[in-house]
Amino acid sequence: MDDRDLAVSRRGVLAAGAASVAVSQVPLSRAGAADSTAKPAQQAVRLSVNGKAHDLTLDTRTTLLDTLREHLQLTGTKKGCDHGQCGACTVLVNGQRINSCLSLAVMHQGDEVTTVEGLGTPDKLHPMQHAFVEHDAYQCGYCTPGQICSAVAVLDEIRKGVPSHVTSDLTGTMQPTNIEMRERMSGNICRCGAYSNIAEAMAQVAEG
Amino acid sequence: MRSFTYQRAESASQAAAAVAATPGAKFIAGGTNLLDLMKLEIETPTHLVDVQDTGLDRIEDTPEGGLRIGTLVSNTALSADQRVRRDYAVLTRAIQAGASGQLRNKATTGGNLLQRTRCPYFYDPNMPCNKRKPGDGCAAMKGYSRQLGVIGTSESCIATYPGDMAVALRLLDAVVETVKGDGTARSIPIADFHRLWGDHPERETALEPGEMITHVVLPKPLGGKHVYHKVRDRASYAFALVSVAAVIQPDGTGRVAFGGMAPKPWRVEEAEALLPQGASAVVKRAFANAKPRSDNRFKLALAERTLAGILAEARS
Ligand SMILES: Cc1cc2nc3c(=O)[nH]c(=O)nc-3n(C[C@H](O)[C@H](O)[C@H](O)COP(=O)(O)OP(=O)(O)OC[C@H]3O[C@@H](n4cnc5c(N)ncnc54)[C@H](O)[C@@H]3O)c2cc1C
Ligand code: SF4
Ligand code: FES
Ligand code: FES
Repeated sequence: MDDRDLAVSRRGVLAAGAASVAVSQVPLSRAGAADSTAKPAQQAVRLSVNGKAHDLTLDTRTTLLDTLREHLQLTGTKKGCDHGQCGACTVLVNGQRINSCLSLAVMHQGDEVTTVEGLGTPDKLHPMQHAFVEHDAYQCGYCTPGQICSAVAVLDEIRKGVPSHVTSDLTGTMQPTNIEMRERMSGNICRCGAYSNIAEAMAQVAEG
Repeated sequence: MRSFTYQRAESASQAAAAVAATPGAKFIAGGTNLLDLMKLEIETPTHLVDVQDTGLDRIEDTPEGGLRIGTLVSNTALSADQRVRRDYAVLTRAIQAGASGQLRNKATTGGNLLQRTRCPYFYDPNMPCNKRKPGDGCAAMKGYSRQLGVIGTSESCIATYPGDMAVALRLLDAVVETVKGDGTARSIPIADFHRLWGDHPERETALEPGEMITHVVLPKPLGGKHVYHKVRDRASYAFALVSVAAVIQPDGTGRVAFGGMAPKPWRVEEAEALLPQGASAVVKRAFANAKPRSDNRFKLALAERTLAGILAEARS
């Protein structure tokens, strides 16, 4: 094999590698190729975040997640995958947990959004935040804001009788057991594997 | 993501008229599938009509003893409804086996039915895909087909319909109600709602452009034991490799539908008539014309074992 062959095959390897990681990427030829003649559409939206009203004019493409982080500087809510697969962006909208990366800001006209910053503050922690600290329910902390918002909503869903995949008696009352907590939190991935401590923190709050 | 304009419609007929009249327009409900695909520029609508204000968020009793589910009813609300839990448990089970709590809070009944395939090559804009771009070719044919279809596929596409809820709806013989851009309403039996790919994998359902789902109607309850078993690569928050929905009556007769196998929920009425003879007879008949590939042949054995497990559970 001479040098040229090696160069070609190296490029081949790089190209193949790029193709296999490209699953969640826009092709280069199209990235940033916004229509140069038309101005991107903007729209006004009013939303309440952690009890404070905001009037914004946004590119219609702006997700709720980017609105919180880039426009309102509420960087507690994290972006992991941007595709609904990790739960780092979980916030509460009108009391329900959702993935803020898969929702447009303009879809939330008039909605009440609660982020991890709105649940509690460093000197007045929400009981779930307190329990996470007490049980060491994180390592790097990147997934934690999403975990905490999700955990608060999970206990509420159990109280309201929403069943889960592991509920054996669908017509009975829902219980905050360890297996229920684990199943209901499966939309929040933790790269550090703090799962068992998260479930313990939740159990502490559930017991009151 | 490509730029788009956005409006909210106040009624289903207004929404349908707006989408029908605007080239490049699409409905948006929960947004959990559409926005995912828009970020990858697999979907490139130029206008979005948001249907969240159309008031279709209730579950009503029908005079026939069934339920009429508004398209905006979320997956969480539908699965938690007392009537559904009691009389259509297979539907609660199927919904709760899918996605995550966050996604189910946003996912709507109509949007869930219309979720697009999870073929990995469909999701990779650098690979040829007839569904994304008609006539482009199909990267899956020579690729990795472990997740893909074993029956009802075609020369142009071997992808599956990935959802869970629709498998239960097929089992229950639900009916999809719609309104078109010109205001006419129609009902589509769920069996005819999802299409086989044939030469046009880009056409996935019986809906016409601008036709909006308004309701999904469930006939009166079937009784029997309701089961949904989903086999996947992790215990939660993953799409099905194989799923089986069944309603088994005390005399051993019943209904069965399979997910993860085909372009649509797979139910063969002549096959389910063989339920009293056991899982092997049913699966042999239901998948008599299967064309599995070496990567996904295992799905046939898995379907049989999953159904056998269900039958054992129903007898106990
Ligand atoms: C990480 C992840 C994991 C998932 N796992 C699963 C799983 O295990 N099982 C499963 O079944 N699903 C799963 N899903 C898919 C999820 O269930 C769907 O995204 C959801 O149900 C779509 O509903 P939606 O209301 O958000 O639809 P949208 O994204 O709003 O819309 C989807 C499509 O339907 C059209 N549409 C919406 N409403 C109407 C209407 N009324 N009339 C006509 N057209 C309409 C839209 O134009 C769009 O084309 C998963 C999704 C993600 C992101
Ligand atoms: S199987 Fe269908 S969806 Fe997948 S690459 Fe081929 S044409 Fe596209
Ligand atoms: S960033 Fe939203 S789910 Fe990963
Ligand atoms: S604490 Fe590091 S990802 Fe969860």
